[in-house]
Amino acid sequence: MTDQHNEKIERRQFLIRSAKAAVSVAAAGVISAALYDKQGPKAAVVTESLVTLPDFSVPSIDGQTISIVKGPNRKATVARAVELLGGIERFIAKGDRVAIKPNVAFASSPLLGATTNPELVAEVVRLCYKAGAKKVIVTDNPINDPASCFMLSGIGKAAGGAGAVVVLPKPDHFRHTTLAGGKLIVNWPVFFEPFRKADKLIGIAPLKHHHRSGASMTMKNWYGLLGGRRNVFHQDINTIIAELAVLVKPTLVILDGTEVMVTNGPTGGSVSDLKRADTLIASSDMVAADSYGCTLLGLTASQLPYLAKAQIAGAGTTNYESLKPILADVR
Amino acid sequence: MKIVHTRRISQAFFFSMFVWFCIVSTAGDKIWQLRGWPVNLFLWLDPLEAVGTALATHTLYRPFLWAFVTIVLTIIFGRFFCGWVCPFGVLHHFVGFLSNRKKSSSQKIRLNQYRKAQCIKYFVLVVFLSLAAFPSIASTLQTGLLDPIPLVTRSFNLLLLPLADRSAGIVSATSRFYEGAWLIFAIFLAAVLLNLVIPRFYCRFICPLGALFGIIDRFAIWRIGKKQSECINCKLCESHCEGGCEPAGNIRISECVLCFNCLDGCKQHLIAYQTRPSLAGEETNPDISRRGFVISLAGGIIAAPALRLGNKLGGNWEHTIIRPPGALPEAEFLKRCIKCGQCMRVCPTNVIQPGGVVGGLENLWTPVLNCRIGSSGCQLNCVACGQVCPTAAIRPITLSEKLGTGDFARVGPIRVGTAFFDRDRCLPWAMDKPCIVCEENCPVSPKAIYTQECFNTIRDGVLTVKKVAGNLIETVEETLIAGKFATGDYYCAFEDSPRSFLRSKSGCYKIAANTENSIEVSPDGQLEKIPAAGGKIEIQVRLQRPYVDIEKCIGCGVCEHECPVSGMKAIRVSAVGETRSSDRRLLLKR
Repeated sequence: MTDQHNEKIERRQFLIRSAKAAVSVAAAGVISAALYDKQGPKAAVVTESLVTLPDFSVPSIDGQTISIVKGPNRKATVARAVELLGGIERFIAKGDRVAIKPNVAFASSPLLGATTNPELVAEVVRLCYKAGAKKVIVTDNPINDPASCFMLSGIGKAAGGAGAVVVLPKPDHFRHTTLAGGKLIVNWPVFFEPFRKADKLIGIAPLKHHHRSGASMTMKNWYGLLGGRRNVFHQDINTIIAELAVLVKPTLVILDGTEVMVTNGPTGGSVSDLKRADTLIASSDMVAADSYGCTLLGLTASQLPYLAKAQIAGAGTTNYESLKPILADVR
Repeated sequence: MKIVHTRRISQAFFFSMFVWFCIVSTAGDKIWQLRGWPVNLFLWLDPLEAVGTALATHTLYRPFLWAFVTIVLTIIFGRFFCGWVCPFGVLHHFVGFLSNRKKSSSQKIRLNQYRKAQCIKYFVLVVFLSLAAFPSIASTLQTGLLDPIPLVTRSFNLLLLPLADRSAGIVSATSRFYEGAWLIFAIFLAAVLLNLVIPRFYCRFICPLGALFGIIDRFAIWRIGKKQSECINCKLCESHCEGGCEPAGNIRISECVLCFNCLDGCKQHLIAYQTRPSLAGEETNPDISRRGFVISLAGGIIAAPALRLGNKLGGNWEHTIIRPPGALPEAEFLKRCIKCGQCMRVCPTNVIQPGGVVGGLENLWTPVLNCRIGSSGCQLNCVACGQVCPTAAIRPITLSEKLGTGDFARVGPIRVGTAFFDRDRCLPWAMDKPCIVCEENCPVSPKAIYTQECFNTIRDGVLTVKKVAGNLIETVEETLIAGKFATGDYYCAFEDSPRSFLRSKSGCYKIAANTENSIEVSPDGQLEKIPAAGGKIEIQVRLQRPYVDIEKCIGCGVCEHECPVSGMKAIRVSAVGETRSSDRRLLLKR
């Protein structure tokens, strides 16, 4: 009796065990089939999906492309320069989300002029809000430590104080892009996320000496948008700057030549590297802005090959005189 | 409320405080950043570090007066720090509780009995203190290896926080990296998991700080003890004993961590926290044999010079060990550094890394600059590491001392090392490619990296002229890559033109464009000198070749960080020339 009972249990156990075994085998088979890879890895690297930076430019108006204002006070000069181009309302519409890209490359004091002047950034932020901007962000992908750069340059505090949101670069802010017809910007990571949802983009750059390229101005300022091992592009600095000028289509650029870094650029490090030029340029043509700007360093546009390259690529004109710059003096 | 509840609240409070201090050790002025928070409090409360640095340096650094407070309180109340304050102790206590909570009372009593091996921690302490105290020439402070406060500070700041913050990005915008964190991880994990074997394993067998408290609290005024000599001997008081100090019998005062679980566990209420000795007898001295003491003392005394047999403080010093700015000369530095990792935590650029054993065991977890990690070398306008260092192994220097301005203009800036070019890897030197990213980023004014211009004929760059029309030179060869020489860096030289001619501004024979078989030179207009058909031209690349001005270089390593020749950089900082030690100077005084 007892034996029969045991036998019955064993039979049932055997069936249960068999069922479990069958399920395990089936599961192993299904997983193997699902993961089955006949060829192994291919030689070609699969590229990420590419993005394109939006076009932030506004329609050009003849005779209102570039303004050059003399004066020591950046708040006054920038307000006048923008006014001369038709006022901030021409560039910023009500409800716009505006991205501002100053040069925040280095963790150094604003007194040293290696980074965009914080007051100037704050003033542009205020102008944008005055025109009815919904949100203004200030961002850059600096060379030195980002948090330190925004802190020590005073830009973080000044921009925040004017109501802007400061965005520090994070790894997931970068997306790959390819410039149509580009030689260097091919499947390259760019600082994309802060600009993705922006309606307008304003570049604000200090005017600086730069040993490799001659001068760092509004076009070179877009170097900050490059991610990855961007330093390799110094091998062909003129081409990369010209490609950036094609890649980025800003609403407006502002070139600050109030204090020009004439030596030891682009880092500076001493006030003796600076020279007052009391000039501020606003332009919707950055090639023209830089072509004029380099004269403050004692250079001509023909000495900076990237300007000619950008002109050929259609980013603007090196012959800024042809745009009839609007001059003013607020001294 | 029972006293054990008070203890738990205290433990939770101090543990939270510790974690909070770890979080706020971020350079910055926001409420959740460094400004004002006493982030070194636990390290300063730690008498082992106070005693260790005092033995090594024969001075008591001011903030270690906090440790004096701990010692006084320990003499009055016993090892309250272990049971009520120590954040590492809290962790062990909690893990030990979790892993053993389902066990029976008899199992717990067995787990928490006294073990002879608990004397090991005293030997660890003696070895460390004799390393610090004896032959003063080789005295070295190694307490930080196992002292729980530096250990837990290091583990939280260099391991747990970066892991937790990796995806969140709250504490730092960019991910933090720490070299050799695997070892910190392994030790931390082992210390925590050993609680599964025996609760508070680390505290009972290894902790040199606990050992120091064990020695100090033999004089404790209040101590745990029995109110009568006899009891039913149920041993329930020992079932949750955190120290393994045998409260049921002859209590070992030096092992008692004041958890008060015995007080709570005794159903007869026979155990008290009192000033008179236990009526069941007590043992105030640590259970260490004279032989064990002598061996560990001798071991420490011998180990100190043995650690130095590699001559790492002499001629065989390790040039890759670049100390943060303000670090004391190496021998003095090693008498103070407690390997807590606070400098690495606070460094805004993440360039300060825990050292490995390349420079000997003494270098382990001490701060070393690694310019390949982090966001940008040693930041020029920053003295955060020295300001946060709890022992002044890195002096709290001011910015003007670091930069050599103001009162320090005469002595000049602090140099942590010197950058050297590797001309076999540098693009302009080895490969005739323009670059000078290093020069661009050198933060010193005037720059410590300068360039000299030169024009080099490229490979297969000698071509034969077929025809010249205006600025367009057609070549016999049809092998050029179209557009390759139009970058603004290539020039065209004629066979008989002196190279100095090219350098002059008037001779801008810069190549503006090229096809397979033609070269267009700028400027517009006619060439001053027209090469004849059949003559030779040379394509030359204009290079700015970089040099280090050794009198200006401060060794910050921004150049090394930015150098595009990744992996092994083409410019690297070496500690030679550092200002902290006169015997590592490179230059003659001017």
